[in-house]
Amino acid sequence: MASTAITAGAEPVFHLEEEHAHAEGGSTMLGFWLYLMSDCLIFAMLFAAFGVLGGNYAAGPAPKDLFDLGLVAVNTTMLLLSSITYGFAMLTMDKGRVGATQAWLAVTMLFGLAFLSIELYEFAHMIDEGATPQRSAFLSSFFTLVGTHGLHVTFGIVWMLTLMVQVARYGLIEANRRRLMCLSMFWHFLDIVWIGVFTFVYLMGMLR
Amino acid sequence: MPDTLTKFIFGRLTLESLPLHEPIVVGTFVVVALGGLALLGAVTYFKLWGYLWREWFTSVDHKKIGIMYMVLGLVMLLRGFSDAIMMRLQQAIAFNGSEGYLNAHHYDQIFTAHGVIMIFFVAMPFVTGLMNFVVPLQIGARDVSFPFLNNFSFWMTVGGAILVMASLFVGEFARTGWLAYPPLSGINYSPDVGVDYYIWALQVAGVGTTLSGINLICTIIKMRAPGMTMMRMPVFTWTSLCTNVLIVASFPVLTAVLTLLALDRYVGTNFFTNDFGGNPMMYVNLIWIWGHPEVYILILPLFGVFSEVTSTFSGKRLFGYTSMVYATVVITILSYLVWLHHFFTMGSGASVNSFFGITTMIISIPTGAKMFNWLFTMYRGRIRFELPMMWTLAFMLTFVVGGMTGVLLAVPPADFVLHNSLFLIAHFHNVIIGGVLFGLFAGIAYWWPKAFGFRLDPFWGKVSFWCWVLGFWLAFMPLYILGLMGVTRRMRVFDDPSLQIWFVIAAFGAVLIACGIAAFLVQIFVSIRKRAELVDVTGDPWDGRTLEWSTSSPPPAYNFAFTPIIRDNDAWWDMKKAGYRRPLSGFRPIHMPSNTGTGVVLAAFSVALGFGLIWYMWWLAALSFVCLIATAIGHTFNYHRDFDIPAAEIAQTEEVRTTLLAAEGARA
Repeated sequence: MASTAITAGAEPVFHLEEEHAHAEGGSTMLGFWLYLMSDCLIFAMLFAAFGVLGGNYAAGPAPKDLFDLGLVAVNTTMLLLSSITYGFAMLTMDKGRVGATQAWLAVTMLFGLAFLSIELYEFAHMIDEGATPQRSAFLSSFFTLVGTHGLHVTFGIVWMLTLMVQVARYGLIEANRRRLMCLSMFWHFLDIVWIGVFTFVYLMGMLR
Repeated sequence: MPDTLTKFIFGRLTLESLPLHEPIVVGTFVVVALGGLALLGAVTYFKLWGYLWREWFTSVDHKKIGIMYMVLGLVMLLRGFSDAIMMRLQQAIAFNGSEGYLNAHHYDQIFTAHGVIMIFFVAMPFVTGLMNFVVPLQIGARDVSFPFLNNFSFWMTVGGAILVMASLFVGEFARTGWLAYPPLSGINYSPDVGVDYYIWALQVAGVGTTLSGINLICTIIKMRAPGMTMMRMPVFTWTSLCTNVLIVASFPVLTAVLTLLALDRYVGTNFFTNDFGGNPMMYVNLIWIWGHPEVYILILPLFGVFSEVTSTFSGKRLFGYTSMVYATVVITILSYLVWLHHFFTMGSGASVNSFFGITTMIISIPTGAKMFNWLFTMYRGRIRFELPMMWTLAFMLTFVVGGMTGVLLAVPPADFVLHNSLFLIAHFHNVIIGGVLFGLFAGIAYWWPKAFGFRLDPFWGKVSFWCWVLGFWLAFMPLYILGLMGVTRRMRVFDDPSLQIWFVIAAFGAVLIACGIAAFLVQIFVSIRKRAELVDVTGDPWDGRTLEWSTSSPPPAYNFAFTPIIRDNDAWWDMKKAGYRRPLSGFRPIHMPSNTGTGVVLAAFSVALGFGLIWYMWWLAALSFVCLIATAIGHTFNYHRDFDIPAAEIAQTEEVRTTLLAAEGARA
């Protein structure tokens, strides 16, 4: 039965003498990646719902009547810039510079808030014109898809604030670096989802 | 109190919401309340609260969490089965103008609750509990990847169960069938709280299920002992891996679709409505994109159990290990390509129906391969007919029938005739009882000695076995016949008296199953009483083959004093054959996670949040949501989540086992 090289010659070895130190949080990156994929699936469902219902205007307003591509372009820029500045935060984190990391995180947060403000302005404007989520299936799926993304960004900002407090308190210790890495993946993930939203909802909506 | 203030505090919850006009519900409530009070009183009297809180509720030990999942599943099985036997009784007597004893309002809740509870709060906790307990032991790990998350997942599942149970006494449950298809489940046709209970119970439990799926995938990928390559993993671990991949890749779909339904109901959006461009069939599609993988989530781990049991009790290495693994993976993938067979009658046309019909039939190929692998494992083996093996044989005979009726239903023209009939009901009970439940009983009998250090009493086990198996056949074969005659599901009263005899037979079958459940409870009780007789100190009562049998029963908190090195499939069998001797010295401190009560608190806030949303108590919903977020953030400020078990303590634990083993050796 004994088949592997471990048995060659000597007594077979059945266990480790020394506990191989399980690196703390060794599964965290994989686990967080899996979470992101599950979240991605939620967005996939919302995209699918938009794909099915996006043309059902129910004699109500259509994308051409509602979307202001200029505004959305500005908004997209805000989010893309926030991803770049988060990247800078990670670079400074690798160099162990607490102050610079915090500063870049703050800048990222400001871009995130700008994105959210513009989105809320857009929503308020639409609702004001009578294009409410209840008006048609198109608007239901539009508000849900874009709103869910916005909620994720909000959550990301709350998380970032928490992490900034923790970095201020405990410094760039291993646990905090790991958390910043997770948030980094989360933030870039939201960026990618937004590119999907921008393309499929706004740009292709204008072509319908 | 002014009316507006009452409305603000209680939302739409009024005294009329309590089902005081339903004598059956009131009776149930009295029994449950008295039983609950007796239980709480006993726990208080014996001063067990501290023990339970410290050693169980806040535990992050995967073994204890696994056992708690099993207890939850068992408790909910009793509730789910009460619903079942009430339905059987109603259908057996509601003939010749009789209305039976259940009114439509109550009966519709019962068949909905039965389905929801059996799938989400019986089968899922049982399966998750088994995986939680066994997988880390089988791969030579000390715990799962994220022990706190594991505890949290469990309590979220409990939270969902609490909401479902609350619906029995406060308000009502959904009257829509277990998947709550709109537009019936929309606000226009179900304006009451039933569907809201359904939505929030499943959302709360779903969070737990998804997180536990992520946790177990990470555990299997990252925590295997050195030498255990993927193709040396025990088959149960393989099927668990595939199941958890299915969980992570399907439960978010359920979360999304229930969120959309909730938006329709709460905000007035038009996803699944009949007007303003909504599309109810999109709901049916989306929910079955979750729903079909779900049935494989339930059955795959049990395929793993049957593999372990067959191999152990035949005294042979599993036949066709590699093909077993690939069959599991193929089933995992195919399970995403068949969802439309649940509604061929949607009218999607011949091409679409053919595609889904064919993919459905193809699934029977890997499943059949598994069946033959088990048969060939038994061929020329020295089979021991212990309880787990008996369940496995009953499964093989029963499940094949269910599989064949499944292939029959996969033929779209046949499905047009049998759709929504009792034939379908008989089919899925045939695979769920004959597969999932029989597998769970096999698994419980198989791993019980590992969990508690003594075997289950075989006599009462056999009583339970025969009652269950015969009861199943008696209860569901009539349903096949009725289905072929065109009787549809979810009927409360019948006109044609010639059908009654079949329903009476089915009711007798259900009574036999009730005896099976009772015998199972007696078995547990008797085994605990006779635990000294049934004790197993070797930790290896079945002459097992996989790693979990190498440690003591019950295993110590740290599972293995030394991390094992794996050299072959069936690692423990290989160790025994190669002259393994237990290490008696040289212990090192072991790093372990600390207990925490955060999971319980977070789940409690989630239940309060759900309750607030169900009853439109917006203040409660907002308050508990804020508390939920604050507690979660607060928890991240705790950086000290683990501790070391000192080497001396491990030496002491191991010394106790050495003494016990020596005494056992002297007796033998």
